[in-house]
Amino acid sequence: MFGNLSDRLQSTFKNLSGQGRITETNIQATVREVRMALLEADVALPVVKQFTEQVRERALGAEVLSALSPAQAFIKVVNDALVDIMGGERREINLRAAPPVVILMAGLQGAGKTTTVGKLGRFLTGQHKKKVMVVSADVYRPAAIDQLETVATQAGLTFFPSNTSQKPVDIAKAAIAEAKRKLMDVVIVDTAGRLAIDDAMMDEIKALHAAINPTETLFVVDAMTGQDAANTAKAFSEALPLTGVVLSKADGDSRGGAALSVRMITGAPILFAGMGEKLDALEVFHPDRMASRILGMGDVVSLVEQVTRDVDMAKAEKLAKKVKKGKKFDLEDLRDQMLQMQSLGGVGSLMGKLPGMGQMAGQVDSAKGDKEVNRMVAIINSMTPQERKFPDIIKASRKKRIAKGSGVEIQDVNRLLKQHQQMAKMMKKMAGGGMAKMMQMMKGGMAGGMPPGMPPFR
Amino acid sequence: MSWFGLFKSKKTETEKASLSQRLGEGLAKTRARMAGIGNIFKRDVIDEDTIETLEDTLLSADVSIPTCNVIIDGIKARAKQSDPQTAFRDTLIDLIQPLKSDLTVTEGIKPYVILVVGVNGSGKTTTIGKLTKKLQQEGKRVMLAAGDTFRAAASEQLATWGERNNVPVIRQAPGADPAAVIFDAYQSAQARGSDVLIADTAGRLQNQSGLMDELAKIRRVLGKAEADAPHETLLVIDGTTGQNALQQAKLFKDIAHVTGVVVTKLDGSARGGMIFTLAHELAIPVRFIGVGESVDDLQLFDPDAFVDTLLDDN
Ligand SMILES: Nc1nc2c(ncn2[C@@H]2O[C@H](COP(=O)(O)OP(=O)(O)OP(=O)(O)O)[C@@H](O)[C@H]2O)c(=O)[nH]1
Ligand SMILES: Nc1nc2c(ncn2[C@@H]2O[C@H](COP(=O)(O)OP(=O)(O)OP(=O)(O)O)[C@@H](O)[C@H]2O)c(=O)[nH]1
Ligand SMILES: [Mg+2]
Ligand SMILES: [Mg+2]
Repeated sequence: MFGNLSDRLQSTFKNLSGQGRITETNIQATVREVRMALLEADVALPVVKQFTEQVRERALGAEVLSALSPAQAFIKVVNDALVDIMGGERREINLRAAPPVVILMAGLQGAGKTTTVGKLGRFLTGQHKKKVMVVSADVYRPAAIDQLETVATQAGLTFFPSNTSQKPVDIAKAAIAEAKRKLMDVVIVDTAGRLAIDDAMMDEIKALHAAINPTETLFVVDAMTGQDAANTAKAFSEALPLTGVVLSKADGDSRGGAALSVRMITGAPILFAGMGEKLDALEVFHPDRMASRILGMGDVVSLVEQVTRDVDMAKAEKLAKKVKKGKKFDLEDLRDQMLQMQSLGGVGSLMGKLPGMGQMAGQVDSAKGDKEVNRMVAIINSMTPQERKFPDIIKASRKKRIAKGSGVEIQDVNRLLKQHQQMAKMMKKMAGGGMAKMMQMMKGGMAGGMPPGMPPFR
Repeated sequence: MSWFGLFKSKKTETEKASLSQRLGEGLAKTRARMAGIGNIFKRDVIDEDTIETLEDTLLSADVSIPTCNVIIDGIKARAKQSDPQTAFRDTLIDLIQPLKSDLTVTEGIKPYVILVVGVNGSGKTTTIGKLTKKLQQEGKRVMLAAGDTFRAAASEQLATWGERNNVPVIRQAPGADPAAVIFDAYQSAQARGSDVLIADTAGRLQNQSGLMDELAKIRRVLGKAEADAPHETLLVIDGTTGQNALQQAKLFKDIAHVTGVVVTKLDGSARGGMIFTLAHELAIPVRFIGVGESVDDLQLFDPDAFVDTLLDDN
């Protein structure tokens, strides 16, 4: 799925003519792809609509770094917005209340509440050195109380017994009273799974909440949840003042769009991600990882970021200007580009990250590719500045000298010159230019295994 | 956006199928809350607006994008001969009709072994409790095997379902080898002359290859007792699952040789659109749908009723 999306983006990128700003036209196709990516990642449709609209408006008119295409720049905006939204107001679990601090769990059936109680208890005992008591107010599911007892024992927590003939409110109140006596710092109250449309059960948890006034009310949501995350999150947040979200089963291969849906709909921060069934498998939520995962463009996003960080912007811009003015793309420029490519991790690394090139990276021998780049740089190094500026003057005798100087055959010099000619021609056609453009151009011809005009790898 | 309110139902009350009755109870609450997107099929032609509304409707039911495209194409093709509403309904029903194939416990195979697999918390153990009752009603003698030896109190949970249905549950200590537990249960079912043995397994995510291999091992070990066992392998999918359902079905099919699917929790606000995706991408029969937590909340999959329930305008 990741691959497909990247492939689609590739065609989006192809259709771009170099523009310096994000405009309605140059990101239209990308907006569509982002919308699809979000849907494929299970972000709920109303959230997708709201989110893409917000981001589009924010992005329009934004200046694009010359090293990026508008489409790439837009994806960066989207990615940043995702990180912002999911990571905004990031905070630790709130324990600033008179002990015992009460934490209430809520969520659909099988979401992972009981397991999370154990994980959270363990986390608070270990990380925060708290004395934690847990109690089950699930009087419905067969063996739910047994399950929590086992989990509590495994996690080394104090378990407050309850039974199925009791009322949830009574159970929770008794546990809190006992916790006070025992000078516990925290009481975590597990509840039965319930459907958001089950009014009786929603009333039950509302009443429970009112009776115990928890400091944290945590909504546990399964990372595999689809579109229903929106309905459910809405209903739970209307019934309860949710203070935080736990994304469970994030160790799976779902794209986890529910995280965005739930975050946008409830407004509650995502505090933790469940990363397995074991009781130590609870992680503090990482919005940046989640953003890449949801976009399914981890490769594109990291490339864009790397380019932004590493490309020598001054040089890239100089080249862009030069090309824009219709000046010639000389061998000096070619060498700069090659060196920048190397500084970004070489051919193999770049290809792995380019949309649609993921699989290709395996096919093309990247070590050979890097060697080829080195060879090309060496050839250019053996030229005089005059030759680099005016490649036309390089005739037979000069070729011989250059080949000798760089330890290659004359054909290699010929190929380099021919390739430079073709690139210069293409550069001229492009209004903008720069690293990203060149890479797009290269990958356009990659189908045959080679960038257009590039000598075949040997 | 919803399925509901899409159409003014043309069906008479008596035509309404069984699914709607139970499923409908839960869904009615949702419907009541959703503003109808209303009457788009009052028009005779399918225009761009209609298509977009249909697309949104399908996507918000967790139908995958490729499957959604196939459905839209189907509707467009049909719209020429029939009215848009019929075109939509028929396209959906035709797509999932091939998944209709009920579980039949073959006479003469004794015990008939049903292995139940799926990701964590999807409803496996509960489905076993419900299925036990269904099979008992068909006159079968059922035995259960507590093959989840990992999750806290998993075997106690299954034992409770055993008590409720008054059937024996074969269990071992936590941490025991699931393949051994199920193998032993097979022998004991054979000895006691049970008709059906249903084996529970621990929840596992399909990307956890070690745990998936464990399912392969269970099959191997069972195969030593009876070459064709398990005779049915049910994959239980949580009805609230999104696009990941397809991945689950693919991998569990590959590794555990799934022969039937159960989609649970359809009494909630999720629409179970993954069934369309599964129909489009993989041909595994849907045996049952789960519509609640009680023992009677398991229904045979009924494509017409399923589509109607989704399209019904209350
Ligand atoms: N892989 C994985 N499994 C998890 C995670 N969290 C919980 N589970 C599993 O998911 C299943 C359901 O977890 P529970 O804790 O019983 O869920 P619950 O919300 O308490 O369920 P109900 O009480 O029935 O509503 C169990 O098999 C857990 O082991 C997680 O982060 N990763
Ligand atoms: N509303 C509703 N809840 C269901 C349905 N089926 C199962 N559940 C609930 O979902 C939760 C998980 O069910 P289990 O049967 O324990 O799921 P499981 O797949 O055995 O879980 P693990 O063994 O932990 O992987 C329980 O609270 C069940 O009561 C259903 O059809 N509708
Ligand atoms: Mg629980
Ligand atoms: Mg189970």
